[in-house]
Amino acid sequence: MDIELISPSDWAKQKVLAVQEYAVIAARAVGNAFTSPRYLGDTTQQADLIGVGSLPIVILCGFFTGGALAQNSGSTLQRFGSLSLIGQLVSLGMVRELGPVITGLMVAGRNASGMASELGSMVVTEQIDAMRALGTDPMRKLVTPRVISTVIMLFFLTIISDAFGIAGGGVASALFFGVDFHQYWSTAWQILVFQDVFMGLAKPILFGFIISSVGCYYGISARGGTQGVGRATTQAVVASSILIITVDFFVTRLSMTLFGG
Amino acid sequence: MVSPPLPAEQNTPPHPVSTVTLEFQDVSLAFEDKQVLDGISFQLQLGETKAIFGVAGSGKSTILKLALGLLKPDSGKIFILGEEITSMREDALYELRRRVGIVFQESALFDSLTVRENVAFRLLEEGRVTEEEIEERVREALSFVELEHTVNLYPSELSGGMRRRVAIARTIITHPEVLLYDSPTGGLDPVTSNTIIELLVKQRDVYKTSALLVTHRLQDAFTMATHYFDRTENKMKPLPPGTPATVPMCFLILRDGHIIFDGELTTLRQTRDEYIREYIS
Repeated sequence: MDIELISPSDWAKQKVLAVQEYAVIAARAVGNAFTSPRYLGDTTQQADLIGVGSLPIVILCGFFTGGALAQNSGSTLQRFGSLSLIGQLVSLGMVRELGPVITGLMVAGRNASGMASELGSMVVTEQIDAMRALGTDPMRKLVTPRVISTVIMLFFLTIISDAFGIAGGGVASALFFGVDFHQYWSTAWQILVFQDVFMGLAKPILFGFIISSVGCYYGISARGGTQGVGRATTQAVVASSILIITVDFFVTRLSMTLFGG
Repeated sequence: MVSPPLPAEQNTPPHPVSTVTLEFQDVSLAFEDKQVLDGISFQLQLGETKAIFGVAGSGKSTILKLALGLLKPDSGKIFILGEEITSMREDALYELRRRVGIVFQESALFDSLTVRENVAFRLLEEGRVTEEEIEERVREALSFVELEHTVNLYPSELSGGMRRRVAIARTIITHPEVLLYDSPTGGLDPVTSNTIIELLVKQRDVYKTSALLVTHRLQDAFTMATHYFDRTENKMKPLPPGTPATVPMCFLILRDGHIIFDGELTTLRQTRDEYIREYIS
């Protein structure tokens, strides 16, 4: 296979251009939500695919993540005789951090790849051009419904994931450390304050936007036939996962700065 | 199979009146380092079909995408239905594209939609017509291409030729004023190709639609130039021998980004240009 060398300046130009194209697509996706025509049918269909379709994996991942977190925290807390704090630790960990991130990564793996491959296939088979030729804006019909439905559904999926994570932690605490489930649940519930809930629910909104806009961007910019579609799919998952983890770091920092520790 | 009712015979001369529906003025376009089109100019008259030839990569399909505003030229102007589109915003282009239809090389049917939903796509998007009228017009468009029985099938369940015919039905359902065909017979067997060409001739002679036809197959364009659509027998028939051409059909040949021929069949046959003679032989 021939390897094409590219000068650093050309490489930098390509990257800047890609960021610019992504920004345009993301801005148009948001802008279209406030003007007609709106595709409610397409938005509902996507919400079903993303939300209901992701429900089993989100529940499973949430439950077992919470369980694993309880086991790790429990063994450390036991050493200091503070096992009663296990509910608080799991609850804070799930709501502030693990719930949003694990759900975001799961949905990114499942749906950013789906969006990139579906839109990419439409690009390489000229279906996107056909849509434009038939007088329909593909951004409005394909991208905006995916962005809206991912943001909304990830929000609710994260809440479900948090709940199952805390429940998983409770089951693990009761099974492996003999913690009373009612005590666990009341401490887990009482520790949560506004800033924890705010941080935990602001993240899925941002992550949902990242997943859908990145997935659609790589799909719409797919070139080079089926190989190009495969490449776009992989890049969409990698880029959205990295962005989720990076943005998570900054949102956590911002939230702590705003509300304190 | 029931054919759709043909429109009333229009009292129009055999040759189109000199009204330009599409015009390229000194249009140039390059992809990265390759100059695909280099200052090309031509006109498409009302009711005329112009066949565009050229070797692979000569910019034939690019002309169609430029004509529809799917691509923007580097320089030059393009007029379609009296509107200059090179400086037009995408929103305004969507309105104009409602009056222009295109049949893509690989049909470009939406594979997640049924044939009915594909053909009715534009009507469903516009939302201006009733469900009953949509059904009626889908049936009429599919009847034109003789594929009424495929209405509930998906594109993947159709043959290549059937997909091409569904793409034609999808394009003509709104009765566009200009049609752009991108290799409608490419990769098809001779019998299916002939069916497609007959549909194109019918569209030209019955509905008097202006069209650009990109094709690799010279025989398709020659058939269109030497045949007409007989409305009484509802089929394509050869022009009577010895009569001058009475169908609005022109030829345009591209070479290295330039137009080297733009004229009628008789002129094409008399040309002394070595390249063209070799190309059409």
